[in-house]
Amino acid sequence: MSDAFAAPRPVMYNEDVVKKFIIAAMFWAIVAFLVGVYLAAELAWPSLNFGLSWINFGRLRPVHTSAAIFAFGGSALIGTSLYIVQRTCRARLFGGRALADFLFWGYQFFIVMAALSYVMGYSQSKEYAEPEWHIDLFLTVVWVVYLLIFLGTLLKRQEEHIYVANWFLLAFIVTVAMLHIGNNAAVPISLFSAKSYIVYSGVQDAIVQWWYGHNAVGFFLTAGFLGMMYYFIPKAAGRPVYSYRLSVVHFWTLIFLYIWAGPHHLHWTSLPDWTQMLGMAFSVMLWMPSWGGMINGIMTLSGAWDKLRTDPGLRFSVTAVGFYGMSTFEGPLMSVRQVNALSHYTDWTIGHVHSGALGWVAFIVFGAIYYIVPVLWQRKALYSTRLVSWHYWIATLGIVLYIVSMWVAGITEGLMWRAYDQYGFLQYSFVESVVAIHPYMVVRLLGGLFFLTGGLIMVYNLIQTVKSPTTELPREKLQSGYPAGAVPAAGE
Amino acid sequence: MPTKIEKDSVTGRETTGHEWDGLKELNTPLPKWWLYVFYLTIATSVLQFVLYPSFSYGPGYLHGVLGYTTRQEVDQDVAKIVAKRKADMDKIGTLSFAQIKADPKLLEVALVDGKQVFASNCQPCHGAGGGGNPGYPALAAGAWIWGGTLDAIQKTVTYGVRSDDPNARTSAMPAFGAGLLTQPQIQAVADYVWVTFYGNKADGRDVSEGAKVFNANCAVCHGVKGEGNKLMGAPRLASQVHLYGNTREAIMAQVMGPKMGVMPAWNTRLDPATIKAVTLYVHSLGGGE
Repeated sequence: MSDAFAAPRPVMYNEDVVKKFIIAAMFWAIVAFLVGVYLAAELAWPSLNFGLSWINFGRLRPVHTSAAIFAFGGSALIGTSLYIVQRTCRARLFGGRALADFLFWGYQFFIVMAALSYVMGYSQSKEYAEPEWHIDLFLTVVWVVYLLIFLGTLLKRQEEHIYVANWFLLAFIVTVAMLHIGNNAAVPISLFSAKSYIVYSGVQDAIVQWWYGHNAVGFFLTAGFLGMMYYFIPKAAGRPVYSYRLSVVHFWTLIFLYIWAGPHHLHWTSLPDWTQMLGMAFSVMLWMPSWGGMINGIMTLSGAWDKLRTDPGLRFSVTAVGFYGMSTFEGPLMSVRQVNALSHYTDWTIGHVHSGALGWVAFIVFGAIYYIVPVLWQRKALYSTRLVSWHYWIATLGIVLYIVSMWVAGITEGLMWRAYDQYGFLQYSFVESVVAIHPYMVVRLLGGLFFLTGGLIMVYNLIQTVKSPTTELPREKLQSGYPAGAVPAAGE
Repeated sequence: MPTKIEKDSVTGRETTGHEWDGLKELNTPLPKWWLYVFYLTIATSVLQFVLYPSFSYGPGYLHGVLGYTTRQEVDQDVAKIVAKRKADMDKIGTLSFAQIKADPKLLEVALVDGKQVFASNCQPCHGAGGGGNPGYPALAAGAWIWGGTLDAIQKTVTYGVRSDDPNARTSAMPAFGAGLLTQPQIQAVADYVWVTFYGNKADGRDVSEGAKVFNANCAVCHGVKGEGNKLMGAPRLASQVHLYGNTREAIMAQVMGPKMGVMPAWNTRLDPATIKAVTLYVHSLGGGE
């Protein structure tokens, strides 16, 4: 390894699997947004399920959440992680083409099987872990292959140190494996039946579920996408990462503290008081470790702020970090029991999740995608930076409509449910709170439509980037998988 | 590995000397405010662990010096609310309906409470304002099955209909399709009920055969004029409001294999005073007798 700098050996990267994951991510993005919009319409006008069991809210909702988190987010994350680990290790993917292709097709097969099983009515009834046992077992195999590929590539790296993005990505892969296996421990009623029973019961099942659920947020939607951020923001900004020391401290504190925070999903339930209190304290302590990532993301731009004017892709990434900071402040706030007494079971939670899912996860992916597509497909630049700007503003407006309407709806619900009149009786019945939030359900639908429209603009722009003759690189500049000199990013 | 520490011209900070795919890192120290706020959250958490329940140690858990429990807090909150309405609810519980109605302030309290209790407990089946739904009687229309006086409503709410309570209101209509009547007889009686009691045009149908069947089999409960019998819970047929729909097919289905609804006994969920309040509210919806 000592001669690595002296004579860098050219490495042929496996970019084919990355391309496949990027295409899949874009496909699933549209599916996730579309189903989300339809569900938002069903919530505003419930008769839109037309009495058909396979499109009723209960079955379609896991299709939306799985498509957004695992299909769109997961494909984007796995794809970019394979890109990042190769380039920052200067090593081709471990396991060769076959293993990488198995990972891609296996993961897509899992997504399709899961979605089909939901609409057909199969579910473990565990949020974000709905697939039944046979699909879970298959995913375990796929995930272990992912871990093998990633770890194997890290082990054969030609750099002495491991880049910060890879710490986060490895933490994400290892922890998700642990969470998946722990939460899905189930006994099928027969080897030939899809039905199974979870081995935990009662409140123990609930706490295992939210240990899983919250750390799916912490390690899939946070650590994983922080890994993405640590590569693409300094790349697009052309600046060094703001603070190595901060990245070390916020990485270890984040990893250590997140795993305890799950109980805040079960405040004011039969979960023991000590568990609730513990979950609340660890959630509050998580605030600064989360913000460490935000500081490192945003401050990396010092000296390159002007690029926000010219590179709308980078604008996505930086806005994503802003939303990340906002929702990681909102999260600890909502985990305080007194605040949670108002917010729990209301649409505030839905708004919080979407400021994270749309503002942070989707935006950081959009930023990465706008950077990576011209590089992967070896194009001069994006087809149109103007369209990226349009996407940016439409999607941002969509998020604002979404989260503001959900804040208002959630606080309205929370206040109505706890209101007593002068005689000491509840002032409102539940159904009155349902009627009261109907306008906000419609505004939310509008926000979702905006976000979907932005997504469609992006897909059109990316297809044109790959296909249009205007973005072709001159033949002599085409390269085949060498690490040096990335293709200029959008706007340059 | 030779590390190449450089000085960043923009920030004046040094890099760590490592490089990956062109990416470098600055060796900036932790932001002070970040570190101090982090310490503050740790300090408040430690304080919380001292004051409130925190860690488990197998057979038990650390209770904290304040001795806080959620159950205690909830009990206190509930006690406060109950104390606030105690005087009024005690009066409603002990006074007769006539006495409550004679006290406008007390009646208002009862109706306010009754409205809320109704919306949370009764409305899902009986509809907003007691409008009723197919299979769930309308309460505002005066088409009472078990009676619409305050006392009758109170009894129905308290014990339910065909519920598990021994005092529940119970009635059963035979399944005439199970050998008691022939198919032509059932059609004839359905025609008769549909024309005579539901007020539809005969259109040349002869309903005399149906009348005979009705008088022999149905009139004993539903009355010769279809007026119903509240003592045995036989619905009034001569009415514009019908529990299972207005069509001839609905009548035939009900004669052949009748549906008979169930209403829970609310004495398991609501206290007697609250039942009286919701009774007054239901009575006030427009159908009260």
